[in-house]
Amino acid sequence: MDFATFLIQLLNAVQYGLLLFLVASGLTLIFGIMGIINLAHGSFYMIGAYLAWSLSGRIGNFWVAIAAGVVLTVVLGMLLEWLLIKRLYRRDHLYQVLLTYGLILIFEELRSIVWGDDVHGVPIPDSLSASIPLTDTLAYPVYRLWMSAACVVIAVLMYWLIQHTRVGMMIRAGASNRDMTQSLGINIDLLYRLVFALGVALAAFAGMIAAPVSSVFPGMGAQVLIICFVVVVIGGIGSVKGALAAALLIGLVDTFGKVLHFEVGGFRVLPELAGMSIYLLMTVVLLWRPEGLFGKRL
Amino acid sequence: MTSGGRVGATAMIVCLLALAVLPFVADKFTVQLVTKMMIMAIFAMSLDLLVGYTGLVSLGHAAFFGLAGYILALSTPQYQASSFWISLPLAVAGAGILALAIGSLVLRVTGVYFIMVTLAFAQMLHYIFHDTKIAGGSDGMYIYVRPDAAIFGWRPFDLEKFGDFYFVVLALFVAVFIFLRVVLRSLFGQVISGVHVNDGRMRSLGFATFRYKLASFVLAGMLAGVAGYLSAVQFGVVNPDLLGWHLSGSVLMMVILGGMGTLVGPILGAFAMMLLELGFQSLTKHWQLAMGVAIVLVALLLPRGLVGLANWRTRAKEAADG
Repeated sequence: MDFATFLIQLLNAVQYGLLLFLVASGLTLIFGIMGIINLAHGSFYMIGAYLAWSLSGRIGNFWVAIAAGVVLTVVLGMLLEWLLIKRLYRRDHLYQVLLTYGLILIFEELRSIVWGDDVHGVPIPDSLSASIPLTDTLAYPVYRLWMSAACVVIAVLMYWLIQHTRVGMMIRAGASNRDMTQSLGINIDLLYRLVFALGVALAAFAGMIAAPVSSVFPGMGAQVLIICFVVVVIGGIGSVKGALAAALLIGLVDTFGKVLHFEVGGFRVLPELAGMSIYLLMTVVLLWRPEGLFGKRL
Repeated sequence: MTSGGRVGATAMIVCLLALAVLPFVADKFTVQLVTKMMIMAIFAMSLDLLVGYTGLVSLGHAAFFGLAGYILALSTPQYQASSFWISLPLAVAGAGILALAIGSLVLRVTGVYFIMVTLAFAQMLHYIFHDTKIAGGSDGMYIYVRPDAAIFGWRPFDLEKFGDFYFVVLALFVAVFIFLRVVLRSLFGQVISGVHVNDGRMRSLGFATFRYKLASFVLAGMLAGVAGYLSAVQFGVVNPDLLGWHLSGSVLMMVILGGMGTLVGPILGAFAMMLLELGFQSLTKHWQLAMGVAIVLVALLLPRGLVGLANWRTRAKEAADG
């Protein structure tokens, strides 16, 4: 593997890792602050991608479609929290799993009714459709660089929101003691509704910006959800730092696992089995540090 | 015995008699449907051992169900029958070994981690069968000839006949029920119930709780393997969906719909869920939507399941009588 190819794969790995981080941080946020395990998180990613496809086709402008999509998913998140999720705060994880599993079936079927079961492509917006030439034959698309940058900007904004604003302070207070925060006169119900909507919008936004590179297909939500679980387990639940480290690690392992062909003792490892590498990584982490790389001791 | 217990025992005997005479009065479709229901009931009981009794919420239980089916498919020579007496123990042992391997990893974590890790490992297995050519990839494999039950030339039953298969499934269904009842009343059952309530306290009482949890996980995996084997025999085909998380989610729904922490609950849940599925399918092409709504409603309104509903009514009646 020459340097240019290596560089391309490295950039792809980082871009994939950052995208995973965006989805996983929504999952971690909702769990860390509200104590809710949300299986439907992958569905929001899928909804985001389908929204990007259908809205950009209708409106004709990718950026307006994204803006409209984010507004719609925030509203969806608030509605879901108000209708269903708020009834689960004091309930066992078991019921959260069951209810959000039901939501997956509902969203999958609604997706099938509204948008059909076909695979769609979303064109890259003209302003970002250029490529940066690396060698005579290899080039790197600007859109992927923009994706990575967008993920970093959002991560920084989220950090700022939670650590350095008044709302963030209230959210952190709510996470450590819901009742006490409420009795201090803070509208905790509204705050939780916002946090849930933020998590939903994060997943949907990731789906929207991923749509032009990954295409839009029915099973995309489940795939992302399971990889995000692996990210959260490796990073340590509730740890945003851990989610970032684990997402980048998985981006690297998965990307290079698919490119490199290993030979173990003369036996060529099937490239199909490269998808297994991230689970292998999870197994190692479970054996070595069951609480995750950045998690608190269990 | 309380009056409630006597009513329960009578109801159970009546149901068992009804199941025993069913093939003599019902048509082929009904017999095969009830066969499938009993298979799913075995599967749901095995998950309830984890969720309801040991307090371990597994979202990857289909892995053991599916693997057992795949073991039957892979051990059946093409166009010939495998021996029932060899392939069944082989499939159950395979599911048990997988449960031992996965269990020794996933039991290192608890709570919400456990849910995520069980799902991830089951999905890993799903990808192995889906993405490689070991067993037909995403199309799966056909089992052209059902296992042969002959022992030294004597054939007690013929699995190619749906009536015979029904009674084999009924026998195993009753056997699993009785087996779990005995296990749960033994010291082992007491310990896992203790672990469910307070793991730390059981440890300080001197029980190596990890070993008990692992034993429970392996046992549940093996019983899921029995169900998976029977399901593969019934449908004559295996595919990666048998290991997928939709099946894991469905069986969890059966356990909660019926009432977890009881043995009758998962059976009721499995029967009710299959009827619901059939009902929704006959109404609309988009039956998954209705099923999703049903699952959400059960999670919100019926936390103790159908059994809880019945208990609540008898309690209310007793209170009114007393």
